[in-house]
Amino acid sequence: MKEFQFTINDPVGIHARPAGLLVKKAAQFRSQITINGNGKSADAKKLIKLMGLGIKQGMEISCQIEGEDEDTACEAMLNFFKENL
Amino acid sequence: MEKYTGKSVLKGIAIGRIYWYHKQDYQVVKTEVSDKEAEKRRFAKAVETAQAQLTSLYEETLARVGEDHAMIFDIHKMMLEDDDYLEAVNEVLDEGFNAEYGVETAQNQFAEMFASMDDEYMKARAADIKDVSRRVIRILAGVPEDGILTDEPVIVVADDLTPSETVKMDKNKILAFVTVRGSSNSHTAILARSMNLPALVNTGMAAGEELNGKVGVVDGFQGEFLVEPDQELLDEMIHRKNQWVADLEALEQLKGKDNVTSDGRRIDIFANIGKVEDADGALAADAGGIGLFRSEFLYLGRENFPTEEEQFLSYKAVLEKMGDKKVVIRTLDIGADKKVDYFALEEEENPALGYRAIRICLDRPEIFITQLRALFRASAYGRAAIMFPMVVSVAEVRRIKEIVNQVKEELSTEGHPMKDVELGIMIETPAAALISDELAREVDFFSIGTNDLTQYTLAVDRQNQKLESTCDTHHPAILKLIEMTVKNAHKEGIWAGICGELAADTDLTETFLTMGVDELSVSASSVLKVRKAVRDI
Repeated sequence: MKEFQFTINDPVGIHARPAGLLVKKAAQFRSQITINGNGKSADAKKLIKLMGLGIKQGMEISCQIEGEDEDTACEAMLNFFKENL
Repeated sequence: MEKYTGKSVLKGIAIGRIYWYHKQDYQVVKTEVSDKEAEKRRFAKAVETAQAQLTSLYEETLARVGEDHAMIFDIHKMMLEDDDYLEAVNEVLDEGFNAEYGVETAQNQFAEMFASMDDEYMKARAADIKDVSRRVIRILAGVPEDGILTDEPVIVVADDLTPSETVKMDKNKILAFVTVRGSSNSHTAILARSMNLPALVNTGMAAGEELNGKVGVVDGFQGEFLVEPDQELLDEMIHRKNQWVADLEALEQLKGKDNVTSDGRRIDIFANIGKVEDADGALAADAGGIGLFRSEFLYLGRENFPTEEEQFLSYKAVLEKMGDKKVVIRTLDIGADKKVDYFALEEEENPALGYRAIRICLDRPEIFITQLRALFRASAYGRAAIMFPMVVSVAEVRRIKEIVNQVKEELSTEGHPMKDVELGIMIETPAAALISDELAREVDFFSIGTNDLTQYTLAVDRQNQKLESTCDTHHPAILKLIEMTVKNAHKEGIWAGICGELAADTDLTETFLTMGVDELSVSASSVLKVRKAVRDI
């Protein structure tokens, strides 16, 4: 399993737009991708749950990736967070 | 006449007939079905149709108002692909009930989840779940889409509007939106803003059929909706509307133009901002730079100190947005009058004269150093300048510079790239203005904060409404202090700007130009207004 931490910089947090993009990104991989933050966790491939985390600017999230393509998925997800959130 | 008040989304005026828009609300009836699998197929087919509709809505909105707003329909599509949502519907179908009822059940479940979140933005997303669910229910039940039927442009009044309803309406037929409910974060509000239509939300009015065809006035400046005003008031509103349209057109023409008087004198007009995303507004208003970026937003409304990384990312974001334009960032300006519990500030008898701003920073350097490290690290990404608030002595400035040098040394040892950063101070105490000759030898620029300067010079609490007449911002004492500060700045070859409310006071624009003020920093919405005042001289 791979894991990384990230502090959200986007002023509105994980709102609809980046959540939508995040789901699309996560869907490209076979690994199970889980986002933990704000005391909750959600499957990164499920939009509504992900928005329901209520992640805001300044919060730290952790992203866990488990599966056959976890190495490439981990790198891609980290890049996604850096670019979009 | 009747008058209602609401939250204004766009400062503008619309006058016309009212169109009461009500949804052809389809009442879902819970029924049992015999063939569960056939019902599931019926649901899947309806979802497919909804997806196709959403794709064309996306494309329509993309062409009309751009990607940012079209994205919402992409989100709607994804909601319909969400496993949890589909499961919630299918669970009901497994129990042998009809698809309409299944969708309504899922809708209520998820809308409630969003509505219960402690975040205004997320609360507003309940409307998205309802919008997309209603779409599927309409398709299932064979109910046609809603629209407005009118020949002349109208003021649309509705209980609430979903994003797809707002976009579907023909913009040429709409003068303004008024909704009974809705928040300023709703997509209706956002779309109205992007379509440049006046809109009032959350009026709480009792609206209905009887409004149809009546004459209405939406006054976005006052946040008022007038129904059947008398002729005198109507004439006045028509006059104000024409004025507004003419002003708007005149100001638009000034984008891209220089801030120069007819006899060739120039001045910089920058914008004041308080959040990262405000930089977009400053750019849209054609500001020459940011003259005051208040850093308090990083500290307010939270439970612990912002980290260096968090601050760095915010400063960097603004610097990158502004490109080669200057961004003047003011260090922490907090005191006992602003509630920030984790600072553990003691209650004070007289907070305006108390432990605040640079006084806290010099007393608790660990807070100051974190901010300075973030600022200098961010300096590599644009044209940053830093200014320090509430200075009263040369000794304070020397102490600040010592800390700044220490921070810069640390950062360069750690290998962080940095650019040259101008260091300036706010002139907002009479003391600073009176010793501005000495202070000018220590710094690269002055920025005159007229709000505090007025309060400290006239000994007037600006919050006290009884003292409004005493609080004369044009008082000769204040103008003398400003003039003195600018002169002393120029003697030492540094620049001086004004970043308080007075900077946007166009009655004084000529006075400031005569004094030789180099820069005026005003709210984004005043940039073009001040540019016009300069060009009219």
